[in-house]
Amino acid sequence: MPILEVKNLRKSFGNVEVLKGIDFTLEKGEALSIIGSSGSGKTTLLRCLNFLERPDNGSIIVNGETLLDCSDPSTLSDSQIRKKRLHFGLVFQSFNLFPQYTAIQNVVLAPKLLAKENHTWEKIKYDLYDEAFDIFKEIGLTARKDNYPHQLSGGQQQRVAIARALIMHPDILCFDEPTSALDPELTGEVLKVIRELSVQKTTMIIVTHEMEFARDVANHVIFMDNGVICEQGNPLEVFNNPKEERTKQFLSRYSHK
Amino acid sequence: METFIEQLPVVIGALNTGFIQTLKLFSLTLLGAFPLGLIIAFGSLSKIKAISLTTSFIIWIIRGTPLMIQLLIVYYFPGLVLHNPIWGGGESGRFLAATIAFIINYACYFSEIYRGGIQSVPVGQTEAGLVLGMTKRQIFFHVTLLQMIKRIVPPISNEIITLVKDTALARIIALQEIIWAGQAFMKGSHGISGAIWPLFFTAVYYLVFNGIVTVLLAKFERRLNYFR
Repeated sequence: MPILEVKNLRKSFGNVEVLKGIDFTLEKGEALSIIGSSGSGKTTLLRCLNFLERPDNGSIIVNGETLLDCSDPSTLSDSQIRKKRLHFGLVFQSFNLFPQYTAIQNVVLAPKLLAKENHTWEKIKYDLYDEAFDIFKEIGLTARKDNYPHQLSGGQQQRVAIARALIMHPDILCFDEPTSALDPELTGEVLKVIRELSVQKTTMIIVTHEMEFARDVANHVIFMDNGVICEQGNPLEVFNNPKEERTKQFLSRYSHK
Repeated sequence: METFIEQLPVVIGALNTGFIQTLKLFSLTLLGAFPLGLIIAFGSLSKIKAISLTTSFIIWIIRGTPLMIQLLIVYYFPGLVLHNPIWGGGESGRFLAATIAFIINYACYFSEIYRGGIQSVPVGQTEAGLVLGMTKRQIFFHVTLLQMIKRIVPPISNEIITLVKDTALARIIALQEIIWAGQAFMKGSHGISGAIWPLFFTAVYYLVFNGIVTVLLAKFERRLNYFR
């Protein structure tokens, strides 16, 4: 059973249909890259998966559980939305760290609030911090964990944002152009962390303009164009031998750079 | 000159008493207007049209008319029009009426500053909280609020400093604040009449007090400088 099934997902903003029926599946431990030009609907797709946008049509199924089915009103109520969201993690293009908290505080804030609500904080707090320290070691920022976001470089901030998403143990971790706000030098350190996650078989969806990275890291690649999946498959096939004219056009623009 | 030396302690004593009333009005206004302003701000940000329109209408009335007139209306309207003089004729009634008028007036100004502050926190902050499974309430108190406070300290400071001097408007309903106390020596008070200089002295009180307020606000602003 695939960990994620997306069926006929549609989303319009006003008269503009941004997603025109998206279908795909994702297996556990797989990394999926989504490529495509700006405005093709990649970001909207991730936002729908994270329940930041409500799709107009279609369904989202995780581990066989239907989280959202637009034809079934019982899945649309807001009451369970929090629990559903936690199946997914999202790393934003603009990091969105909380500026008033240190790096480590950014990472532990959400699980801490959740534990306090469930009255388990006293029980889990040492484990939580231990886990946070481990994650900081993994992302190579142990020495910076007590710095505030404005004291960190963009690449370091994005690594903290990844740590913040990881500590919630999402089934599927989504990246929305995680390096688009970074210069090439800083891009490398963020991609290294994501690459490491793929080695550990973290299930991921990565929206990116880094074509080489998309090809090397992903098990599967989707090329989106104008709200539909234009072509998908094995990365080597899609990149080296694209079938659709539109894909060829898009990829040729990148290889010229 | 001898008389001035004799009069000085009397005048200072009267001004001190008046200034205590000024300070009371100032502090109670802040105490009431800070939270009320937040409620009004949420009202004007409400997605329910009826609430946001009503709130905007009230803010328009309060900001569009002089505080002095509002003081007169709050104080005289119940007695003159409704024939129900709820404030009574004494100083405590005048003080209560003045406090209520000031709280409503300043809450409306604060609410607009709050609204700007809330809207100026990037939406990405809220979204980051949402995808981490935080509730809207948790996001407001643990993420947005402090960022909003940081942004509104300078404009709120301006309002607070204006409030120190605006308290003098309560003179219009004969609240015995410091201007009233100074002015009394023109007409005759404590055996002194025709003296205008006590009124000039009141300026020193405002100036010193606003000096202290400015220093405290600057200190608070610096305390929030640890993040950007």
